[in-house]
Amino acid sequence: MSVAAQPLANDHAHEEGHHEPTFIEKYIFSTDHKMIAKQYLISGLIMGFIGIAMSMLMRLQLAWPNETFWIYEVLLGRFGEDGVMDPSIYLALSTIHGTIMIFYVLTAGLSGTFSNLLIPLQIGARDMASGFMNMLSFWLFFISCVVIVSSFFVEAGPASAGWTVYPPLSALPQAIGGSGLGMTLWLVAITIFVASSLLGSLNYIVTVLNLRTQGMTMTRLPLTIWAFFVTAIIGVVSFPVLLAAGLLLLMDRSFGTSFFLSDIYIQGEVLSYQGGSPVLYEHLFWFLGHPEVYIVLLPALGITSEIIATNSRKPIFGYRAMIASILAIAFLSTVVWGHHMFVSGMNPFLGSVFTFTTLLIAIPSAVKAFNYITTLWKGNLQLNPGMLFSIGLVSTFITGGLTGIILGDSTLDINVHDTYFVIAHFHLVMGISALYGLFAGIYHWFPKMFGRMMNKNLGYVHFWITAVGAYGIFFPMHFIGMAGLPRRYYKFTEFPYFDDLANTNILISVFAFITAGAQLFFVYNFISSIFYGKRAEQNPWKSNTLEWTTPVKHIHGNWPGEIPQVHRWSYDYSKLNKEETDYVIAGQDFVPQNVPLQEHEEEMDD
Amino acid sequence: MTALLIIIVAALLGITIWQISKIFKLSQPIESDDSQIATNKDNENQGKLFLVFIVFFYGLMLYSFWSLSKFYAPAASDHAEDYDQLFFISVALIMFVQVITQFMLHWFAFKYRGQKGRKAIFYADNDKLEFIWTIIPVITLSALIIYGLFSWSEIMNVEETDETLVVEIYAYQFAWRARYSGEDRTLGEANVRFIEGINQLGVSETDPYAKDDIITTVLHLPVDRPVLFKFRSQDVLHSAYFPFFRSQMNVVPGMTTQFGFTPTTTSKEIRNSDYMVDKVRNINEIRENNDNLGPDEKSYEFEYYLLCNKICGVSHYNMQMKIVVETEEEYQKWISEQQTFGELTAQN
Repeated sequence: MSVAAQPLANDHAHEEGHHEPTFIEKYIFSTDHKMIAKQYLISGLIMGFIGIAMSMLMRLQLAWPNETFWIYEVLLGRFGEDGVMDPSIYLALSTIHGTIMIFYVLTAGLSGTFSNLLIPLQIGARDMASGFMNMLSFWLFFISCVVIVSSFFVEAGPASAGWTVYPPLSALPQAIGGSGLGMTLWLVAITIFVASSLLGSLNYIVTVLNLRTQGMTMTRLPLTIWAFFVTAIIGVVSFPVLLAAGLLLLMDRSFGTSFFLSDIYIQGEVLSYQGGSPVLYEHLFWFLGHPEVYIVLLPALGITSEIIATNSRKPIFGYRAMIASILAIAFLSTVVWGHHMFVSGMNPFLGSVFTFTTLLIAIPSAVKAFNYITTLWKGNLQLNPGMLFSIGLVSTFITGGLTGIILGDSTLDINVHDTYFVIAHFHLVMGISALYGLFAGIYHWFPKMFGRMMNKNLGYVHFWITAVGAYGIFFPMHFIGMAGLPRRYYKFTEFPYFDDLANTNILISVFAFITAGAQLFFVYNFISSIFYGKRAEQNPWKSNTLEWTTPVKHIHGNWPGEIPQVHRWSYDYSKLNKEETDYVIAGQDFVPQNVPLQEHEEEMDD
Repeated sequence: MTALLIIIVAALLGITIWQISKIFKLSQPIESDDSQIATNKDNENQGKLFLVFIVFFYGLMLYSFWSLSKFYAPAASDHAEDYDQLFFISVALIMFVQVITQFMLHWFAFKYRGQKGRKAIFYADNDKLEFIWTIIPVITLSALIIYGLFSWSEIMNVEETDETLVVEIYAYQFAWRARYSGEDRTLGEANVRFIEGINQLGVSETDPYAKDDIITTVLHLPVDRPVLFKFRSQDVLHSAYFPFFRSQMNVVPGMTTQFGFTPTTTSKEIRNSDYMVDKVRNINEIRENNDNLGPDEKSYEFEYYLLCNKICGVSHYNMQMKIVVETEEEYQKWISEQQTFGELTAQN
């Protein structure tokens, strides 16, 4: 299939070479995967800026709940009058912070950027299977971004029922102001987002299956591609279920159906809803919600696998085990959603089943962590900023993953459910880890995207402050969770019992401000390097994968001549020749995938 | 205010470090290599920083366990002891794994930092190793799962005996009510459609079982007697969280959920425990210095509480109910003084 498709694609590339694209074609309605990747990246980073800024406002409020800050009035307008944050806007901030970070930054920003950039480049394809669909996917994403941000300008405020938008709170404007127009906009935004995500994912799947260059078998694919490919599959399986949940919720809200509502008395009147169940919504939501964790995390792990191997100058340890783990995680991720619902009122027997499947998922995760550590062992580590973030990811993935053993155990979940323990757990294991993956990917592939290098010293400063700060925020947070501090509380001062936790909350907030401040190093580095960074050479990290065989200057169709053929897997780093006197290619510790097997050389892993 | 100072100091510190590094950079002889790829020296420095970092990280973990684990709430119900034991075993296990794996990760990052001339080993696979680190998690996790599931089924399967006290916990934006079943030990029918005037919980006025029900705003529980809670909500999802009793259950409109436990420590006993005496003294010192509090708010005495732990609206952060655990005699005395539902409706 792929062999037959290639000559056609070649001809096409030559024809296209003569046509000079207009500004709009090149930068706005571009169908080139490299440009779409950059569009995703920059929109994702802007959304990330907004999302993190929201969390800063929340941390400010939590640390000093009874003080006034002019910044509230500046940023929140009438929800921050006289420098006092309104309780309803606190809930809105936490809702939209979650929504933006999970969907817009870590799903679209991460997967959208790197799947688009790397899938065609690393499998040796001229572009995505459908460039038009790809463009459509980005523009739907962009519209969705605009809609969700615009919900902040609605009179009664944006959606405020938590990012999980459980009904009845999210269904009844009488219950909370944000469940009016703000919630409608949330549902519209997410619906468009799901459409965008599906178009993107289907494209990734088709491209990986059909457009691999000659010799690129599935077992020669870099782990990045495996991760993006499986992520896309999980997305296709689970996102439609979210759409279904959203649609039913929309009908309950607008057309008086009772899918999720029953027996409600609010503001002096009994509503006519009868027979629905919020628990049904929870099932539907978490059927997406849990795989979503892995939709966020797997691309980060894929990126890390590639960067750790390249910078360790070693093959990734246990390539096949890594693929098996990705597949196992993907499968298990769709059968563990109930661990979010141990105390939702569902049958306790179901709780037992979900405990079992949940703890199973720890096994492939452990295998991955150990494989990363072994990959470092006896390497020759090139500690570039991308590598530091990758090592950081392994660290936070372990720390955050381990506390999952507590939350996944139905018994232990009873007392830490919906406390700050959960917040600490998922921020470390998916928030910080995935962000590290995003940063690692940006530092590593910046030369490929923009043809210039990012400043490494600024990268180092960025990493170390972030690493210290992230643990400073989230490690102590476990302990206030164990004290029984509930999440989504506007302030804790109504419970004198929590008074002695206030100092810890201040500590956490101070770390949060420092960490967020450190991101400005990145912002500066990113923007200035696009324009003034040192020009990149073709293969700065001495990497094996195919993207580094393309010229620095982007061309439509990626390779000026023939598409390179692949003769080996992507991890032949520091491989010795038969006599073990020197590397396979003398004096060079890496063998790119397009180099044919040398004489007497045995292929790894086949 | 001190906190603001901390921020300013931290910010200034950051700027100082930044400026120093700038000066440092400027004072360096112009390097020929400005490729922005890690050099031998970068590898050396960053490798060492990983060592510094692991010291910081271990320090942070030690500090957290040393001075924050005291926040862990004392246990006051029958299954809480079992819960705490499973919790501590799990924490011990994960901290053991955490300390070792983090050490290996950061140590390797330091030990194998790149050096000119160093050759990395070409080491792609080892079935034995991978088998080992698959099977070890399998065994440990199996043990944890089995332990956890036994506790789970014990906690969740509440058997109703003659002794069991059945109490309905009723949630609405933003408060709780308790309804006791009265002498007939059966809760009367209830539905939101019966809510009218003084009948806030929608208890059926025609159901004979409802006549002796007792509705209160404070939850009184006799010590050492199993309680079975039936949860009902009139508007949105809430979650009834009893941290000291290691209990939590969502309160779902349209259905009744349940949870049971046996309180084992009376309010008086826990108030006089060493842990609580210390804690309350500390809290009162904090409150004494808090200028935002009025004079009558300064002094705090410990009471058990029930709080809402599922986002339910603007005042979610202040949806609580006081719980009093007392001896059987005290409880009987208290309950006999309460008005029954029948008496309540008869007044109107």
